[in-house]
Amino acid sequence: MAQPQPLDRVVIRFAGDSGDGMQLTGDRFTAEAAGLGNDIATLPNFPAEIRAPQGTLPGVSSFQLHFADFDIVTPGDRPDVLVAMNPAALKANLADLPRDGVIIVDTADFTKRNLSKIGWDSNPLEDGTLESYKVHALNLTHLATETVKPFGLTRKDASRTKNMFALGLLSWMYSRSLEGTISFLQRKFAGKPDIRDANIAAAQAGHAYGETTESFEFRYEVAPAPMKPGRYRQVSGNMATAYGLMAGAHKADMQLFLGSYPITPASDILHELSKRKDIGVVTFQAEDEIAGVAAALGASYGGALGVTSTSGPGILLKSETISLGVMTEIPLVIVNVQRAGPSTGMPTKTEQADLLQAIHGRNGEAPVPVIAAKSAIDCFDTAVEACRIAIKYRTPVIMLSDGYLANGSEPWRIPNLDDIAPIEPGYATEPNGTDAKDKPTFLPYDRDPETLARAFAIPGTPGLEHRIGGIEKAAGTGNVSYDPDNHDAMVRTRAAKIDGIVRDIPDVEVSDPSGRARVLVLGWGSTWGPITAAARRVRLSGRDVATAHLRHLNPMPANLGEVLRRYDRVIIPEMNLGQLASLIRSRYLVDVHSYSRVRGLPISLSELEQDLIAEIDQHTQEA
Amino acid sequence: MSSPSGLTGVPMAITPLNRKDFTSDQEVRWCPGCGDYAILSTFQSMMADLGLRRENTVIVSGIGCASRFPYYVDSYGMHSIHGRAPAIATGVAITRPDLNVWVVTGDGDALSIGGNHLIHTLRRNVNLTILLFNNQIYGLTKGQYSPTSEQGKVTKSTPYGSVDSPFNPISLAIGAEASFVARAIDSDRQGLTEVMTAAAAHRGTSLVEIYQNCPIFNDDAFAGLKGPDAADALIVLRDKEPITFGRDGQFCVARNDSFEIEVANTAEVDPARIVVHDVARKDPSQAFAISRLTESGVLRQAPVGIFRQVERPAYDDLVRDQISLAQSKDRGAALAAVIAGNDTWEARAT
Repeated sequence: MAQPQPLDRVVIRFAGDSGDGMQLTGDRFTAEAAGLGNDIATLPNFPAEIRAPQGTLPGVSSFQLHFADFDIVTPGDRPDVLVAMNPAALKANLADLPRDGVIIVDTADFTKRNLSKIGWDSNPLEDGTLESYKVHALNLTHLATETVKPFGLTRKDASRTKNMFALGLLSWMYSRSLEGTISFLQRKFAGKPDIRDANIAAAQAGHAYGETTESFEFRYEVAPAPMKPGRYRQVSGNMATAYGLMAGAHKADMQLFLGSYPITPASDILHELSKRKDIGVVTFQAEDEIAGVAAALGASYGGALGVTSTSGPGILLKSETISLGVMTEIPLVIVNVQRAGPSTGMPTKTEQADLLQAIHGRNGEAPVPVIAAKSAIDCFDTAVEACRIAIKYRTPVIMLSDGYLANGSEPWRIPNLDDIAPIEPGYATEPNGTDAKDKPTFLPYDRDPETLARAFAIPGTPGLEHRIGGIEKAAGTGNVSYDPDNHDAMVRTRAAKIDGIVRDIPDVEVSDPSGRARVLVLGWGSTWGPITAAARRVRLSGRDVATAHLRHLNPMPANLGEVLRRYDRVIIPEMNLGQLASLIRSRYLVDVHSYSRVRGLPISLSELEQDLIAEIDQHTQEA
Repeated sequence: MSSPSGLTGVPMAITPLNRKDFTSDQEVRWCPGCGDYAILSTFQSMMADLGLRRENTVIVSGIGCASRFPYYVDSYGMHSIHGRAPAIATGVAITRPDLNVWVVTGDGDALSIGGNHLIHTLRRNVNLTILLFNNQIYGLTKGQYSPTSEQGKVTKSTPYGSVDSPFNPISLAIGAEASFVARAIDSDRQGLTEVMTAAAAHRGTSLVEIYQNCPIFNDDAFAGLKGPDAADALIVLRDKEPITFGRDGQFCVARNDSFEIEVANTAEVDPARIVVHDVARKDPSQAFAISRLTESGVLRQAPVGIFRQVERPAYDDLVRDQISLAQSKDRGAALAAVIAGNDTWEARAT
């Protein structure tokens, strides 16, 4: 066997039945790649049904992993290698594989009956369907069950080790060791020694199979990516969000209170925070989305940091409480892990179509800051930022993530909490005004002249007793007021407070390495990955393109208008029908071009690359 | 055995307080003759008698006439959104055991739009007290029938008579596993004071239904319980006592041959069959049966007092117990360790 051939990047997709353990297999391969110092990006893709009927197309679950010896920003769209554990997994994913791609397929389920279940009259392994691919057809199930025979497992448990056999084989192909996986299996099945040993044996057998059989011509090696020195771990967007919320509360020395109701794809935030009683985190699984946010608002009112996590359908139900938070000016962080809508939509698929809901989705003039994470690891910084703005400006803040960021993972340089600036809640402890009788009193709607944040006294503070509520407030006293001029002033003050946050946020940065670009691609949220990757390829093709990313959607950075006007053409790719594009048009009167894809998947970077090249070439001709 | 008090952990005032200390500078804006005035005044006196620090009381209300209540009490308060007060108050109660938390709500707020939050707060047994002002009508929206209005009620939204069946709030609360359930009447200062004081002292969620007259849209709904014949109409519940009422105790609550609970003439009943009230009975069925003696609509008969008062761990205590057991000495270090994770690798300068 020759030395492994070096590759700069590989995209592998593991696909099988939703019960085949594909997410676990992908996770483990990712951990191995990360441990070897590769840069990684992942895309889990699974059905909402927990166990859809076996062997059917709706039951196919997949996990895609991109690993490379350089800094990558997306999980890739076309896999180089497809591992298909059954006919349905092959059929569902074949179209994404480029000609010449590698297919490793488990032949065990390729029976006439199973094939006809998914509409194949003949066996694609035999009828020439796959002749353009490099196919390794192996009976993985048989190989695995033979391996684990000595452990005396049930037939079902024995055949379930096939995913570890496949993982072992792939690990051999890409020159990875199984050490990490073995210690993982030891931990995971500590209480079930026979299952533990069988899975370890299957993984080792897969590795050995690659080494001893002659069926694989090549093996490959992907060198470590250069990374900023430091200690790294792998993290998903939801975990990073949970960590960021804890870090935000910690830096403000406030108790974190999460009020939440289970919803895909946000529930992992609730799960993670529920484990963190050692850090004093309170989690409240409420009776509904409404009570989740309402309890969070109550906790904030009492001096904790109230947070709620949900997805778009939950935001609909939380709107009235967010609105109350706007009126009462109470800190509150709302995390929306967006999914494909409307209504139930496609719960496990990603989308970014809740932007206008976040910005406008309340009655009356009810502005809230909106910020979005661009990558899984960026969820941490975004969550800390959301906490900071909420506390400093006494306002609900909506943080947008999405299903792709939530479940995808990447290497994360472990942050040092000491590097994060403290957040000062600045609660009132003394009277700040006088009443009609000239006696010292507390004015809850007296404002900081710079930030316009109101004075906030928490219950239990002697002498500052006061009442707040959802009815319009008189400036200063906070008393109920129906005065027309007061309402006009309060509506404008609330808007000015949120607009004023612009002073706290950095200018938008443009990446234009050549300095000659005439076309700007502007993105927000998770499209940062495909946009960055596509722009790199466009530049490699010898063309010029500029990119910019918006973390702050409300307010937007101060220099954005000037940046937009610098370019002949601005293109905004979004996983919606042009929501940021319409905001930008209405605010800046710049006729941006919307590039919209709503397939429940991240925007394809190769498609985006080609479309950008076409745009740029057309523009060059016109110019 | 002494019971854990609902007020444990709430600091006491150093100097005695009086009703005026709990009166805010806001002009009270209920309609003349509204039952809310009497409830407010009784509440303010009762608060002074509880002797807690004023700043450690929080009143959260929803939407409706009753929900204006917090504006008039000089403590901390929030006039929130329709039906959600129990949920907001839950967040306050869990994170602030040093606060005495009240929810003020009405029949529409608590039983219609907020029904879900009400039952779940009761089942969880969060340490707070809910005052449910029941006037059997929507007042603030100007006179539509409510979930406690009697069938057939003619209102603006039911010109042909309501076809909805009403809730009995006491039965609902008992069914929702409430640990403290009581009823009082707006004009009965003494009864209301007793019930509210006991509710505040109960650890867990206390529900107090208060019959409250709306003179504008549903006047005299409770007149049958207030007039000269009130003694024959009010079934006053006293713990550990046989339930008799009326002039000279001429009526009683007794079990019939089918073991059902009904009102009977005391003289005609075997004294052994007269129900002895016991608020602490583990089995809620007797309290439930007593709650069914309430008539709906124009009331001529209703039990008042404490129906049920049982000890059950409060949700917020359990939440705090879990945290204090798991708590790290150094939260910052614990957080740093969680963020660092277990599966890490080092990238070195190349």
